[in-house]
Formats: sequence, structure tokens, C-alpha cells
Amino acid sequence: MSTNTTPKHGDPAVRPGVGGFLQVKDLRVHFPTDDGVVKSVDGLSFNLERGETLGIVGESGSGKSVTSLSIMGLHPAGTAKISGQVVLNGDNLVGASPEHIRKLRGKNMAMIFQDPLSAMHPYYTVGHQIIEAYRVHNSVSKQVARKHAIDMLDRVGIPQPGSRVDEYPHQFSGGMRQRAMIAMALSCDPELLIADEPTTALDVTVQAQILDLIRDLQQEFNSAVIIITHDLGVVAELADDILVMYAGRGVEYATAHEIFTAPQHPYTWGLLGSMPRLDRERTERLRPIQGTPPSLINVPSGCPFHPRCTYAELNGGASETDRPEFVEISPRHFLACHLSERDRQRVWDNDIKPTL
Amino acid sequence: MKKIRMRAMGAAGVALALGLSACGGGTSTKTAGGDAGSTTKAEFNAGLTTVFNPSEKKGGIIKFADEAAPDTLDPGETYYGYSWDFVRVYGRSLTMFKPAPGKASAELVPDLAESLGVPSDGGKTWTYKLRKGVKFEDGTDVKAADVKHAVLRSTDKATFPNGPAYFEAMLNLPKGYKGPYKSKGMNTDSAITTPNDSTIVFHLMSPFAGFDYLAQLPQTIPVPEAKDTGAKYKNHVISSGPYMFASYSPDKSYTLKRNPNWDQATDPNRKALPNGYDVQLNVNAEDIDNRLISGDLDVAIAGTGLTAASQSKVLSNPTLKARTDNPTLSRNWYTSINPTVKPLDNIECRKAIEYAMDRTSYQTAYGGAFSGGDLATTIMPPTIPGYQKFDLYPAGADNKGDVTKAKEALTKCGQPNGFATNIAYRNERPKEKATAEAFQQALAKVGIKLTLKGYAKADYFSSYAGNPPYVKANNIGLALNGWGADWPDGFGFLSQIVDSRVIRETGGSSNTSVRIPEVDKLLDKAVNELDAAKRNAMWGQIDKRVMEEAVIYPGVYAKSLLMRGKNLTNVFVNESLGYYDYMALGKP
Amino acid sequence: MIAYIIRRLLAAIVLLFVVSIITFSIFFVVPRIAGGTPETLATRYVGRAATAETVHLTAERLGFYDPMTVQYANWAKGIVVGAEYDYGAGVERCPAPCLGYSFITKQPVWPDLLDRAPVTASLAIGASILWLVAGVATGVLSALRRGTIFDRAAMGLALAGVSLPIFFTGLVSLAFFSYTLGWTAPGGQFVPFTENPAQWAYSMILPWITLAFLFSAQYARLTRAGMLETMHEDYIRTARAKGLRERNVVIQHGLRAALTPILTIFGLDIGLLLGGAVLTEKTFSLNGLGKYAVDGIVSQDMPKIMGVTLLAAFFIVIANLIVDLLYAVVDPRVRTQ
Repeated sequence: MSTNTTPKHGDPAVRPGVGGFLQVKDLRVHFPTDDGVVKSVDGLSFNLERGETLGIVGESGSGKSVTSLSIMGLHPAGTAKISGQVVLNGDNLVGASPEHIRKLRGKNMAMIFQDPLSAMHPYYTVGHQIIEAYRVHNSVSKQVARKHAIDMLDRVGIPQPGSRVDEYPHQFSGGMRQRAMIAMALSCDPELLIADEPTTALDVTVQAQILDLIRDLQQEFNSAVIIITHDLGVVAELADDILVMYAGRGVEYATAHEIFTAPQHPYTWGLLGSMPRLDRERTERLRPIQGTPPSLINVPSGCPFHPRCTYAELNGGASETDRPEFVEISPRHFLACHLSERDRQRVWDNDIKPTL
Repeated sequence: MKKIRMRAMGAAGVALALGLSACGGGTSTKTAGGDAGSTTKAEFNAGLTTVFNPSEKKGGIIKFADEAAPDTLDPGETYYGYSWDFVRVYGRSLTMFKPAPGKASAELVPDLAESLGVPSDGGKTWTYKLRKGVKFEDGTDVKAADVKHAVLRSTDKATFPNGPAYFEAMLNLPKGYKGPYKSKGMNTDSAITTPNDSTIVFHLMSPFAGFDYLAQLPQTIPVPEAKDTGAKYKNHVISSGPYMFASYSPDKSYTLKRNPNWDQATDPNRKALPNGYDVQLNVNAEDIDNRLISGDLDVAIAGTGLTAASQSKVLSNPTLKARTDNPTLSRNWYTSINPTVKPLDNIECRKAIEYAMDRTSYQTAYGGAFSGGDLATTIMPPTIPGYQKFDLYPAGADNKGDVTKAKEALTKCGQPNGFATNIAYRNERPKEKATAEAFQQALAKVGIKLTLKGYAKADYFSSYAGNPPYVKANNIGLALNGWGADWPDGFGFLSQIVDSRVIRETGGSSNTSVRIPEVDKLLDKAVNELDAAKRNAMWGQIDKRVMEEAVIYPGVYAKSLLMRGKNLTNVFVNESLGYYDYMALGKP
Repeated sequence: MIAYIIRRLLAAIVLLFVVSIITFSIFFVVPRIAGGTPETLATRYVGRAATAETVHLTAERLGFYDPMTVQYANWAKGIVVGAEYDYGAGVERCPAPCLGYSFITKQPVWPDLLDRAPVTASLAIGASILWLVAGVATGVLSALRRGTIFDRAAMGLALAGVSLPIFFTGLVSLAFFSYTLGWTAPGGQFVPFTENPAQWAYSMILPWITLAFLFSAQYARLTRAGMLETMHEDYIRTARAKGLRERNVVIQHGLRAALTPILTIFGLDIGLLLGGAVLTEKTFSLNGLGKYAVDGIVSQDMPKIMGVTLLAAFFIVIANLIVDLLYAVVDPRVRTQ
């Protein structure tokens, strides 16, 4: 739980891949299969400080979960070819020995998963699983670990933790289960917490509670949090910065406020436009992004979004041939798009903003 | 493998016995055969007519193994051939077959008795004098009353339903006698009297010349009445022989040790060489063969021979083959030709079958020359005294059938193109089915078409092949059959299969096809002939007469392939018993 | 929980009762339907020399003239109260539970069963421990190394184990290991555990290995399939995310979950095997319940058949009960009543 003197949020000197508690630089994760190489993540860069929350947003297949698993080193050996850099507190995890990374898992970086019922072992009590997580990295007696487990359950807001510690996962309700999983993940005070779709499997009312809990715990432990979701509403609540991913790459990166008030990428426009709105007429149809997600084996040439982009022809063919660079277009706002600033502004003002 | 079950007389034998007429004359029990030779060279059949590896050395424990468990160790009820062999180690009956190889074993010699029985009253009464100084294992003297008790208890068929039934059929027992347990106190002197402690007299209902053969049955082994525990007696049989039971675990094993109260001076037949016997029960048959070959085991007590799997291994290995013997048994696997089924009522049609059949295929169906048997041309096997070698229907130089002669016979009986009939066999016996198929193939060559009909073994004789109305109604022209005598003598062999009077309209007898009045008369005459040589000659005559009638097709004289234990001395086949003589073996 | 067990045990008793009635009926009713009489039934238990009178006496002694309900009632009564047996020279008391006297050997059946049960139990329990350990270990390794030479070789060997008949592997093992090399005991050398544990183990080692070879195939395949399934579950990923050593992940998390169906089958297999491993017992000349059953069936010895059937049914029922209870112990999700 120590604080360290890293550049603070909002500091213009901070760039993705340069400096920071967690730095991901040009991460590529390829899976060789019989059908070809699946390029799940193909050149991703971002960074994150302690105490900050990064939201990673994208469709299924955009590479969000693969990214988080790669950071944690959870791809089975031999399945993934990982290149680039993932530097956690000065320690490059790409290419490090599996044993080295194992020791970090659970202790320095932890992860909570989407479905807590299947993510917890059905045959062991919740207490046992938390104690197990704790004793891997701390050599203490069972009694001490048990007390710690009860503490954690209390911290995450589970009533009567002294008796619930001996219950099985199936005896908890959905929301309580997710709290218990959070307790398990945080039992060793990790500096980095990755939450992969933590509320997708929960009721809406419970969702809010869990998100509040994550925010509270982050403030208490000063952890860096990555929250992965396809739900923009979730990141609006929680994230300081948002990274939009498409086809294994980052297409836009900015503060949450900027993403919602001044998005610059056609894909982001599409995402925002496709959100169902309560303040609209119900008879209006939903507006999905036209087309389907691309194959990660045969990624479209040039800009991977170009087959679905309404504005691709404005770039004089560059969208089909050249891959757009992920560049900083304004302080702390990065974009990968061929559209000229002028075209972008015009489209935003005329076509997009009025409809949101 | 199946054990060779000895056949017995049955109710019909009673009728036969009652039909005998009185006869006179003295007994003569000497048959051909002097001193047996001996050899120490291990070769095939070394133990058949000579004693292999003779020795007088004492010591050692002989290890036996049985693939099942004995029917019983009680001499009053046991009915398995190999048990009759082994029982002589712990029991002495009045007479026994001479423990010698080859034809010498056909001779009966006195065991518990001083000499063979003395007949009187034309053969209706038989007197035996017991040797002096014979004691039970507990030191008490063996008395004539003990032999009387042994014979009487064996007649209690409620307690001992499985044993031979000759005594109760022939002895003049009082009416309503239920055996010594249930009819305690009843006076049985009408059947057996004991004028003194060493004399026993048997009184028969009708004369029977061959009583010395009955006297060698284990049922005459003495049983002390005070220690007789009925159906439990088999758990500890009181020994009168050179060895006594040291332990008995039913279904597992039993061991014998020396009987300190046995006196060599009273026993010229036994040498009692080993220090004891160790018999293991319920051992896997193939395992037995492997251990016999390796020397881990000395004797396979069941005496049925090597299993088919081991045979090919042994016969193809000269060293192993040199350790085997291939005795001929007192058993004939034959086929009945039924004259009650048309057109087999005509003798020429029957002769056609005798000529047409391929003898070698019969042998092959039964397992070949080693374990199937020798080609048979007579009903009695060569082991029966009185056997005459003749061949009335030669089947060609190669023994595969004489088609020409068969066709001639067919023409003579008015069926030049053959005819059709059925052939019956027992379903549980694959060898019989194979033989039926062999018949089918061979006879087809002369136009005789056979249809196979399989029946359950349990009722084969009572309801089907042995049931005359059924045979006639269902055209059972041929029926697979077989017979093994309880002891090698013409009476034991022939009476149940060639006497027309054993055939019952209600079914049940092994004789399905022989109805020759001349033969019946000859049988009666022979049973009453007290001169053994004359008697034996009559059996040969009967054999030939039946064969002339062509109502039996003799198939093969059964054989078995036995292996000698590696470390044994005095190994030879007792031809009368059909196994190695277990009593004579040594293992120093 | 206690109430549940008691209910199950009562149901078991009813089941044993039903099994005994069915066996009894097959034995007596079927021949009756085929036109059999007490005499034809009795002919199975007399020698070839039997006269009609002997058959009649035997039928009487064995109670075939009584109505079948009476015969069954007598037999059942013997189990509860005991019976008396006339052995010719006297009468003997057969204490409860008296399962009758063999028609063929005239020995009481219950002591026979007691004598043979330890042999079968030794065989079943020893072999089952071996095959469980060998099968599960092989299955786990195969699943972890799926597709490699080890996996293919292990599954190939497993296939051989389940395909080769036990009388073949048994006899070959005996011939090679016992008679040629002299390393193991020859057939039929069983010594009770209470008498000499070392000798007991020595006499059983080859039958154990041979029988285990046959069964471990099934368990290797089951474990492999189960492991392949569980190792893809989310909780495995969570376990790794916690930083657990891979060994702990595989065994405590993966295998633990995959073990449930295996334990079920294990319990049932032992239950069946305790009723008699017929082929193994015959091959190795072990005097167990299997051999006893076969002897009884071949010689149509009703008391033997009834005795073994009842005992075997009992073992299976108990095994089922234990497996059901074990399931609740192993999988907490099942426990909610």
C-alpha cells in the first residue's frame, strides 16, 4: 500500500508507453492456429498510475481480455506469442520467467472475473479460497490467514463475515459472490487490479454497488485499476481515462470526460450512438454500427475499421492501404485515424453531435 | 476339462442279476502278464508297459493338484475314477487290481483279504478272510464288522446318493432296510455275515461270477462304526492304509502323512515310499499343466490329461514329449445305428454306413490320435480282458471309408441312391457335434443325407436318443454315444450297452440299438461262468456277434495324454484304472 | 443424515429380500414351468448309479416335495433363526444366519462364504487401490500432456489393458513371473492376512497387478477426460491468477473437481468386484466368492447360488449407499436437502 512519486494524473508529460506505474508498449499477442495466426492484440500502448482507473472499451474480439490475460501472464505456455513490453513498476513482464510472474500474480497484480460462480471453485469454501490466496504469498498460520479472510469479507461489505467465511460459493447471492471474489483478489493488497467485466453477470442494482466498492477500495489501497467492459455506462462511472480498442489496437485514448464530450474516432462515435438512451423516444430504432467485427486472422488492410467506416472515402484511399498511427492530437488525447482535423471537426459538428 | 465319470449299473442291472441262473465251478483269477519290465530312459510311453524310473528309496512329499475338488473323500460314496486310484493310499478294500503296468494290472489281487473270494452256492455266496494285524490309524484292529458296516452304510442312498449302487442291487438285504443310521438294530445277516472277526460272507440274491470285481470297490474299505459321522465322515476319513489325513480344508487342499499303525508285513501290494502327500484343490487347469512341466508339481490328480493348449506345446517339443504317456482307456466313443428307424431296419443299409464312414474323421473330431483315441473296430477296448481284434467292415487302406462296398450294400438294401435320416448328439459336447458333422460329410458321398439334431445332455437318454418311441417317431437313425466301464471287465463294459433287456420304453438306457436275443443269452451265460478264461472268451464272442448285426458303429477307443512328474520314481500307468498308479509313486 | 442412512438400509433389506425371491424363483419355478417334477430336479444331485428310489430319497431330503412357498420360508427362516441338518449318523445345529447346506458337498454355506470372502476382499481392495492410483496418475499426466507421445502411449497401453482378457494376461504373467523368473508366487498360494501379512501380499501381488491392469484403463481415460474438462474451467484460471503453483492448481483445483465421477464409479466397481472376480479367481486359483458362485451355478447347487447372490447383492447395495454419501461429502452443492 505504499505510495510512490510517479507523475500524477493530468500531467501533460505523461504519454502512453512512457513512464508510469504500468506501461504497456506496442504489445502484440498472436496465436498460431491451424487456420492461421490470430492477431488478438496487434500493437497496443497505454500506461497507468497508482490511484488511477483506466477503462478499456470495445466489442467482443477487440482484444480487451487478451490484453489483461497477457499482463497477468495467464496464457498457457506455448499458446501465445507475445512481443512488446509490459512494465510493471520497472519490471518487464514480457519474456520474464513464468515462475517470476507467478510470484507477482495475486500479490502485485490481481484480477477479478466476469462470472463469480464459475470463477470460484465449487468444492471449497469461500474462506478456504481466500486463505489459499493469502498463504501463497505470506507464510502465516492458518488462524492468522483465517482472521485476515474474515477481515477482507467485512471490508467488502459482506454481513456476518465470521460465519459466511465457511460457506460455499453457491450459497452466496450473485452480488455477494462478486464481493467475495474481490475480497479474494485484494487479499494480498495488490498494486494493480484488473477487473474483467466485473458487473456483466449481475443485476443492475447490484452493479452500482460493486462499482462503488471498487472505487472505495481503490481509494483505500491506492491501487491502479483497469476495468474492462463493453458497457460505456460502467466506464462513465468509474474510469479516469478510457482506451477504445478495435481489432486488437487502440483507436482512441482520452480522459473519460473528453471521450464523452469530444470523441474523435468514427468508431467511438458509433459506440456512443449505439447506446440505448432513456431520454429518447422509445419508438426510435437503435443505431448499431454497420457491418461486423473483422476477422483477426485476415485483418483488413490499412485501417482495420475502414470496411465499416462511413467516412473512409474522405481519405483518398489511405484508409485501405496505410495503417493509421496512434498519435497525440491534443494533450492527453490520442487517436489513430486518417481523417484530417478539419474533416473530423466538420463531421462531428454536423453529423454526430446533434444525434447524441 | 470334464472328468471321466464312471458309468454304473442302474436299475436294469437288478433285472439282469435276477435273471442269472446258478452256476458252479471254481474261480481263476490269473490272467496273462508276468513281471513288469522297467526303464530309466525318458521317452514317449515309457510308463505305459514298463515302470519308469524304478526305485525303493523312501522320502519326500508328492505334490498333487486337482483342477476342481474331489466328489468326496468318503470311500463309501466316491465315484470318480481318479479318486478310486488315490483312495488306496488311505484305505484298503478287500481286493484290488494288481499295481503293475500293462496287461498285468487286469489281474485282481487280494488287498485287505488274504486271498480272492471263495464262491459257494453257485456263486450266490462269497467268503473272504481278512489278513491279520491290519490296524486303523488309531491303533484299533480292523475287524470284519468294520467291512460289513462300510458296505451297509454305502447302501444308504439318502445320505450317500452319489455312489455306485451295486451292493444294494445285489445283496440280499432285508426288506425296508434304510441303512445303518436309520435302520439301526435291524438284522442284516441275510446280506452279510461275520462269523468271526476275520471272516466276512456276502449273500447275493442271485449268483454273480464277477464278485471279486465288486470287492475291489472302495465301498469295502473298512469304516469303524464308532467313528462314523455319516455325511461328515469325509472330513476325516479313518485310514486303514499306509497314510492318514493330516489336514483337510474343503475346496482348498488336503494332506496326508504316514500312518504309524500300518504294518508293511500285512501289505504286499504297497511300498509306501513317500513321507506324505500334498493335494491342492481348485487349481486352474492350464496352471496345473505349466507347473507340471516346470517341475513345481508332481501329479495332475484328475488324470484327464494335458489341456488342448498345452498339448500342442508339449508334443512339438521332443524333451517334453519324452515325458508323456498316451494310455488307452476302458472307454469307447461310438455311435448307435438304430434298426427301428427305416430303412435301417435292413441290415445292408446299416452295413453301408459301417463301410462309408471315414474313421479318421471320427478320430479327428474327438481330438486326434493322442487325446481323441485309437481307431476302433470292436466295441470293447483292448484293455478289457477278452478283447479280440477283428474288423468286419474294413474302411479302405487309408481308413477313410470304402465307398464302393458302401454303394454295393445300398443297392442290396434297395436304396441305390442313398436315403435320409437324422443323427442325434449332445449339445454340451462339441466333440459329438463335430463327429455328427463328420458323419454328414462322409455319408453324403454315397448319397446318405443326414440332418443334425442336438439335444440337452441332461435328458439325452431319458427323453430323446434313449427313448424308443421318440427315436422312431423322429427318425433318429444315428445317435452319438459312448461308454466307459466302472471296471475293466466284459460285464461292466457290455451289459449296459448290448443287453436288450435294459432298454425301456420310457427311456433312459444307454443301449438304444441292440436287440439280439442270442446276445442276451450269451450275456446270462457269461455272468454265471466262474472260470475266468472261459468267461472272458464269451465277452469277445458277444462283441463280434453285435458287430455282425451292424447296430453299433465303434468310433475310437479313448486315450489321454498324461505327463510324468519330473522328480517321481516308479511311474507307470495302471491300465485297469486308466491313470498313473498313485499308490506306487515315490519322490526321494 | 442419520435418518437418511437408516431409510437406505431398510430399503436395502427389502431389496435383498426381493433378490432372494427372484433367485429362488429362477431356480425352482422355471424348471417347474418347463414340466419338471421334484424327481427330475433331484436327478441333478445324485450319481449316475441312482435308482428311482435314490432320486426319491434325495428329493425328500432336499425338501422338493414341499410347496415352493414352504421351501422358501424354510430357507428364509434359517437365516433368522437357524436350522437343523441331518447328516445321516446324527443331526447338526446350524446357527443363524444359516444359509443352508450345499446340495453337492453337504457343507454349510455360511462358513464357506466367510471363508472365501476375505480372499475376494483381498483381491478387490488391493487391486482397486492399485488401479485407482495408477489410473488417476496416468489420466492426469495424459491430460496435461495431451497429444504428446506420452499421452498416446498411455492411452494405447490402457486400451491394451482393457482389451486383453484377464485369463490371458493372468496366465502369461504366471508363466513368466512366477514359473520362469520365480519372482512371484504360483497360483493358489493365498495366505490370510491375519496369518502372515508378508506372505499374503506376496501371494496377491500378481493377481493385483493383473486385475489392476484391466481396470486402470477405464480410470485413466475417465480421469483424462475429466481433467481435460476441468482444466478449462474458469476456477482454474482464477487459481492461477492467485499465483498458485501449477502443481497445486492441477491437483487441488483440477483433479479435485474431476474426481467426483471417478469416485462414484470406483465405489460401484468395488461393490461389484466384492461379489466375486470370477475370471481372476479362476486364473490364479484363488478360492474366492466368484469361483464359489461359478461352481454353484455349474453344479446347480441352490444354497451356494443363493448365498453368493445375497452376499453380492448386499455388497452392491452397501457400495451404492457409500457412494451416494461420499458424493455429498465430495461435492458441497449436493448437500442441500
